[in-house]
Amino acid sequence: MEGILHLPLALPPVVVGYLLLVILGPREPIGAWLETHFDIRFAFSWTGAALASALITFPFQYRAIRLGIQAQDAGLAEAAATLGAGPLDRFINLTLPLALPGIVAGAVTAFAASLGEFGAIITFVSNIPGETRTLPLAIYSALQEPGGESEAARLAALSIVLALLGVILAGVADRRLRAALAQ
Amino acid sequence: MNLEVALRHRFGAFGLDAKFRVERPGITALFGPSGAGKTTVVNAIAGLLRPDEGRIVIDGETLLDTAARIFVPARLRRAGYVFQDARLFPHLSVEGNLRFGWLRTGRRATQTEFDEILDLLGLETLLGRKPARLSGGEKSRVALGRALLASPRLLLLDEPLAALDAARKAEILPWFERLRDRARLPMIYVTHSADEVSRLADAIIVLEAGRLAAQGSVFDILSDPELGALVPADGAVFPARIVEQRADRLTALGFDGGTLLVPRISRPAGTPIRVRMRADDVMLALAAPEAISANNVLPAEVVAIRTRDANADIRLICGNVRFVSRITQSSLARLALVPGMQVFAIVKSVTLYPQPGPDSG
Repeated sequence: MEGILHLPLALPPVVVGYLLLVILGPREPIGAWLETHFDIRFAFSWTGAALASALITFPFQYRAIRLGIQAQDAGLAEAAATLGAGPLDRFINLTLPLALPGIVAGAVTAFAASLGEFGAIITFVSNIPGETRTLPLAIYSALQEPGGESEAARLAALSIVLALLGVILAGVADRRLRAALAQ
Repeated sequence: MNLEVALRHRFGAFGLDAKFRVERPGITALFGPSGAGKTTVVNAIAGLLRPDEGRIVIDGETLLDTAARIFVPARLRRAGYVFQDARLFPHLSVEGNLRFGWLRTGRRATQTEFDEILDLLGLETLLGRKPARLSGGEKSRVALGRALLASPRLLLLDEPLAALDAARKAEILPWFERLRDRARLPMIYVTHSADEVSRLADAIIVLEAGRLAAQGSVFDILSDPELGALVPADGAVFPARIVEQRADRLTALGFDGGTLLVPRISRPAGTPIRVRMRADDVMLALAAPEAISANNVLPAEVVAIRTRDANADIRLICGNVRFVSRITQSSLARLALVPGMQVFAIVKSVTLYPQPGPDSG
């Protein structure tokens, strides 16, 4: 189970994109079914890009949540049990709120990482300007055109700034929430 | 109120095999050296531990019976638990903590009872604070209030004061006294402290290496030098009552064997008082001493003698009250004390605590 949850981290993103295409492509059974019955289309649309990013960055999120829960004092759950709280009650009212800082920090990190997704997205939803073109795809496209170097440099700088912001924000969110819990 | 506990549990080299009964409200101190199984007993009663074999029945309701495959989960046992480390929920305010069990109990205390417990423990001014902003003593009080507000039918206290320094302990002990006298709950109180036991306990259960070593009233157990190695006692306690306020600014206390004169206590005659008499504060004489500064000289009979190192603990009885005098072995030899001898006990000082009257125990 642990291995499967971490798989997207080890798998080449192109393979993840390929698998998505095989499962959710417009001509594949599941993809076609979703489109006919729910008018949901993932392939070659921005929703597909979001799905691919979510999948690739899932291990970040998963680790953050797991660490947030593991770091908790089991004694608090015992105390809650003696006060009449059952397992689900304890999870919702104790475990989740105490894990919140980790969950938010994980989400921010995952979001920042998803901005840089390349392989899974180009395989699954292609590189459509204004629809599925992420920053790295835009940089790649710019480099393919003659005279696109300055455009590529500009986009790379933006990418660095966004990544920095993401990391800083994750740290701030974690600290703030922890402090808020304790105040 | 009737709590029956029989437990058999083994993990690693440690084995617990103990059986006891608590038949009245009040504080039962659970004593014993580290590793004697005290916390295991308390956790089993709370439902936090499932023993290999056992039976726990409270007022006719079976909480645990391994033979009949009964195990009531902790959340349904209504056993309030005050942990040594308080275990307050850090993300909730004091009020959120206090209401946690209160909201979940089937027979919720009314708002009046809620306010009474707040008042009993002095919690009104703390309600908006988060646990991180409480002192150690305040945390203990909140943990106690939180457990009480879940309407428990018994209270388990696992060294609730052990994490506090002496000043904080002194600050919170009166709250426990009030609780004992007002809450009418049976309480199992795990502690190592002679102070806490002498002051609070009504009964004592002594565990040694997972087995029941002794059980009895605080008055019997603390005056038994045979248990000296197990019980962290430094003397006896016994009940007394205020008899009269004397003109010489002393108060006369009557006990079941005589009268004690103590510095003035401004309470009405008839008020019950618990007297703690440290073994080191009791000297012995073979004849009634004359011209002596001590106010209290009690005629007593030697019941038993136990020697340890250079000392001898002499168990005495005066009327129906037993107490202990600690003298040196050299004095023992000089006085040639033997059980049955009549002696005079010179009491240098006593410590007095409030004692619940028979109506509240």
